[in-house]
Order: sequence, then structure tokens, then C-alpha cells
Amino acid sequence: MAFDAETRSQLLETIRRFVSERLRPIEAQVAEADAIPDEILDEMKALGLYGLSIPEAYGGLDLAMEDECLVAMELGRTSPAFRSAFGTNVGIGSQGLVMFGTEAQKARWLPRIATGEIVTSFALTEAEAGSDSAAVQTRARREGDVYVLDGAKRYITNANRAGLFTVMARTNPDAKGAAGVSAFLVPSDLPGLSIGKPEKKMGQQGAHICDVIFDGVRVPAENRLGAEGEGFKVAMQVLDRGRLHISAVCVGVAERLIADAVAYASERRQFGAAIASFQLIQAMIADSKTEALAARALTLETARQRDAGASVTLEASAAKLFASEMVGRVADRVVQIFGGAGYIADYGVERLYRDVRIFRIYEGTSQVQQLIVARETLKRGG
Amino acid sequence: MKILVPVKRVLDYNVKARVKSDQSGVDLANVKMAMNPFCEIAVEEAVRLKEKGLAEEIVAVSVGPTPAQETIRTALAMGADRGLLIQTDADPEPLAVAKMLKAVVEAEGPSLVIMGKQAIDGDNNAVGQMLAALLDWPQATFASKVELSAGSVRVTREVDGGLQTLELDLPAVVTADLRLNEPRYASLPNIMKAKKKTIDIKSPDDFGGLAVAHLTVKKVTEPPKRTAGVKVETAAELVSKLKTEAGVI
Ligand SMILES: Cc1cc2nc3c(=O)[nH]c(=O)nc-3n(C[C@H](O)[C@H](O)[C@H](O)COP(=O)(O)OP(=O)(O)OC[C@H]3O[C@@H](n4cnc5c(N)ncnc54)[C@H](O)[C@@H]3O)c2cc1C
Repeated sequence: MAFDAETRSQLLETIRRFVSERLRPIEAQVAEADAIPDEILDEMKALGLYGLSIPEAYGGLDLAMEDECLVAMELGRTSPAFRSAFGTNVGIGSQGLVMFGTEAQKARWLPRIATGEIVTSFALTEAEAGSDSAAVQTRARREGDVYVLDGAKRYITNANRAGLFTVMARTNPDAKGAAGVSAFLVPSDLPGLSIGKPEKKMGQQGAHICDVIFDGVRVPAENRLGAEGEGFKVAMQVLDRGRLHISAVCVGVAERLIADAVAYASERRQFGAAIASFQLIQAMIADSKTEALAARALTLETARQRDAGASVTLEASAAKLFASEMVGRVADRVVQIFGGAGYIADYGVERLYRDVRIFRIYEGTSQVQQLIVARETLKRGG
Repeated sequence: MKILVPVKRVLDYNVKARVKSDQSGVDLANVKMAMNPFCEIAVEEAVRLKEKGLAEEIVAVSVGPTPAQETIRTALAMGADRGLLIQTDADPEPLAVAKMLKAVVEAEGPSLVIMGKQAIDGDNNAVGQMLAALLDWPQATFASKVELSAGSVRVTREVDGGLQTLELDLPAVVTADLRLNEPRYASLPNIMKAKKKTIDIKSPDDFGGLAVAHLTVKKVTEPPKRTAGVKVETAAELVSKLKTEAGVI
């Protein structure tokens, strides 16, 4: 749903305020404890953040992609771990169901996903199927009116909190690659499903990823999402949309980092002047600002095109590629502007430097985005 | 029962106020405006009373320019049911506002008016008291606790050095202090639902007109700039300075 300017600004203002009053003050605490306080998670639920992209009929906000991106940019102004808490409900964990679910499947799950009562996860990656995600080996064997799942998924965001997984598993072992894969809605309390220990990660402490192990998990056939063999299509369409959301988060973090850099450079004095007055520092600020503006423009323009019904596979990959690489460069420069303080935990910049590294890796590495942009550009003939 | 909550649009409390170069007032051009924080507390309290089933309808009213609709919209998103804007570009003084609010009370017939103890722009702390006097209603200002029952309201007030608890017959006017509650963030779904609630736009003439002004602002000045502090070398030096120079110990 698209809104008028007043409602949009009220919505963004509310999020901006929540981020600055509630989230930013506890960034270091969350990183230290590797946990977001339950009270904050409850506030996020009460605010409606878990339901940003869920259709209104199921209790969500049904934001247009452009508005979702604007919201993601606001949320980018704090540790990305906070966004990750509800990010799967907004993106990869729920969108397969929104796009391919039957009426009955949607009615059963979406209302509780929108409120955050159920956390969702997206389980595609496996030990042997990363960038080559069509190579999934997790098996789903049909036995009467159930599918029996066996296998293991790896690096699954929010797996330890999830109530529902969208799982890509191979229904046809004879069909190699994408054709033999189907998608399933798998409740986390089914017997035989277990979750590994959270991985120790480089950044984004407070957000967790774990293995998900399926040992003879009997999933009712009515939980299949889309037709048999459509699983890879489900996964790719889900990721297509997610890329714009990630791009917007990258823009938000970059804007935050630039603001931090400007504040620091204006205060910090060397050689008798604020370091912001040195042109070599200004060059880093100018380059960062220019790239952040470019990423913002590309992301929002692509989101508007998607809202208008255009296919944006190429542009969304280009946005994700550019925005995630951009925020990496910006974070690097901001550490440089902070000097020694940039390397010291108390200033928070080194934390964001580590936090943004993942954006170039998940939901398709930069190389995978390059492959997509090239493939689509070749198809289009320019 | 119906609760009326007057709300005011003011300079956002996070924004540093800048005085206009001619010292005629605070520069409001292109600065962020928001609901007065004490009004927000008043709205929150009304919404809590409604959530407890003690009130049926909350009407938010504002006297101000067209954009004050956004302030009313915020109150609607927090849980008020209906809005009323008395639209004026004049900056009416407290008595003029109180007189129009009196007319609103007579038209709407609320049993309780909850409003902020003061607005953070003029810091007048006057409209609530004036409104109660004009209506000849009991008033409880600086409320830190409000307990509503059938025909009365019990209000705990923050007064110098302690608390005072009053029991007022309804209808009454209550003004909210900082510690009455912590206002909620309007949830995103409620912001969207607030779009569908109505805001009536009226003019001062619908409520008795703008009263003749008795006050004129002569001059507004910035607070004096703080001078730089001094650094002391030792704790002993600090103690001695606190004794001799600051005279605080
Ligand atoms: C924090 C985090 C959260 C994650 N969350 C989820 C989740 O919720 N759900 C989920 O399913 N997965 C998730 N993942 C997995 C993530 O999507 C994968 O790690 C990612 O897709 C890369 O796969 P890989 O790790 O196997 O790397 P590989 O595919 O082994 O890649 C290694 C390197 O080879 C390059 N490469 C691979 N193939 C090619 C090629 N054809 N041409 C050129 N270069 C190539 C890659 O770009 C990369 O540089 C998450 C990972 C992390 C770290």
C-alpha cells in the first residue's frame, strides 16, 4: 500500500525516534551481551516492525517497496543486528509464503508472523550449496500425505528463535540442479528438527545464525509452498526482493557512518585545526557522501520501478552490489578519519566496520550479483 | 465518558532553539516541530484510561496553524478517536486559548479534560488553570498519578518537597507532569489507521473568536553562553576550589 506524504513522514519519524531513543543507546550493550533485550524485541513487535511487508488482510502494513526501503534506511542508522531480529519476518522468512502461499497457508501463518509472535527463517544454504544454491542436497521424500525431510542447513539467520522455516529441499533426486527442488513450510516444533549452536561471527552480535538439522522430519504435504520443483523459483523471487531491502540498510548505515565521521572530524583537532578542515579528510567525506547518495538513488529508483510492476532482477542485483560494496568503502574511510579511535571499541566505528562486512556476502555474494547483472545485461543486449 | 485532550504543536524538544536576529521570538522557519511533550503525556494518560475501559471517547483538540493537523494526527495514532483543529495563524495568548477551549468543552461535553501542565515553547503554565477557572471546574495540576472512578478522579500532584493527593468531583481539569507516564510510540499500524479518523477543521469564530490580546512580547534573548571550565590537578585542589571559589562546601 502506498501512502500520502504526511503518513509516510509520520511513519518514518516514529522509526527515527525509536532508533535514536531506544536502540542507539544500547548498541554497545547488545554487542557485548550478544543478545537483544526481550523488552526491546517486545517494543519492536508493538511498533509493528515484524509486519512491514505482510498484506494488510493478514494484519501487516503491506508497505510498498519504496516505503520499505525508506524504513530500512532509518533502521540502518543503528546496529544492523536490531534489524536482523525482525528482518527475516519482513524479507526472506515470509515472502515465499506471501508470494506463493495458498489462502489456507497464509491464513494459518501470516497473522502471527505480522505480529512477531512467530519468527520466520529462510533455510536454503547448506555446507555444499552456498553460491551454488541450486545444489541443495536436503532430501524431501513423499510418503503418502507427508514429506520426510533429511539433511542439514547452514548459517540460517534467526534459526534459534524461529517458529517457522521456509526450507528448500530436493524432492526429485534424479533432476540435478534447480528443477528437483521444492519449498516447504516447516514448523520448528516438528519431531526430528534440531538447531545447532549459534555460530561465533565477525560482527552483528545480537543476531544469530545456526545450523538446522532435519532427521526424518515428517512435514504434512499441505505445507509444500508452490508446486513440486518450484522451490528454486520461490527462493530466487524471495531473494530478488530482499536485495533491495539490504541495499537500503547499507545506505542507512553509510549515512550514519558519515554523520559520525563529520561529528568526529569537526571536534578532533590536530596541527591547530579541526581535522575536518584538511582537504585530505574532506576528500574521504566527499567520496563517501557521493557514493551514499548514488546508492540511495539507485535503491529508491529500483524500488519505485518494482512498485510500478517492472521486473527489476538486474537493477536489484546492481543495487545490492553497489550499496554493499559502497558501505564497506565508507566504513573503511570512517575508521581512517577516526584514526586510532577508529580501531578502539568504545567509539563504535570499528563495530560498524565489522557489522557491514556481511552485506557483501549473504543473499548472494558480490560475485554472484556481478554474474546476475552481467547475465541480465547480456540478455537485454545492453 | 468522554475525555478532551488539548494538544499543542511546538518546536521539537530535540532541536536547539535559535532566536531571530531581531529578537522578536524564536526562529521557527524550517525547523522540526512536534507535539509538546507534556501534551503527549496527557494523550497517553487518556489512552490508558480508555484501554482500562474507564472512558469511551477521546477527542484531541489543537489551536494552531494548518500543520497542527499533524500533531492531532499523532494523538489519533496514539489512540485518540477524533480530532478538532481550531485553525489560526495567530499565536494566541493563554487566556485566548483557554476561552476557546471553554467553548469547545461546552460543545463537546467531556467529563474530564487532561492537558499538559505547560508547553515547552512559552512555558506559561497557564491554560489549564485558566480553563478550570472559566468553566468553574475543579482542577488538579502537575499530576503524577490519575485514578478515575465513576463520579470523581483522584490525582496525585507533584508539589515542592512531596506529593499531594486530591479527590476531584467530575467534570474536572487535570494537567500532566513529566512523571505521570512514559508515552508510547504510536505503532505503525495505528499510524495508518489514524488516517481514517476524522479531524474537524474550525475557525476561532466557531468558538467565540480570538480574545483581545493583553500581552506583547518585547524581546527574546538567548541564555548567556557558558564560560569554559577550569581543570584541576588534584582532588585536594578541587576540594579547596569548591570551598574557596565556588563556596559550595
Ligand atoms: C551472517 C550470515 C547470515 C546468513 N543467513 C542465511 C539465511 O538466513 N539463509 C540462508 O539460506 N543462508 C544464509 N547465509 C548463507 C549465505 O547466503 C552464504 O554464505 C552465501 O550465499 C555464500 O555462500 P558460501 O558461504 O557457501 O560461499 P561460497 O559459495 O563457497 O563462495 C566462496 C567465494 O567464492 C565465490 N564464488 C562462488 N561461486 C562463484 C562463481 N560462480 N563465480 C565467481 N565467484 C564465485 C563467492 O563469491 C565467494 O567469494 C548466511 C550467511 C551468513 C554469514
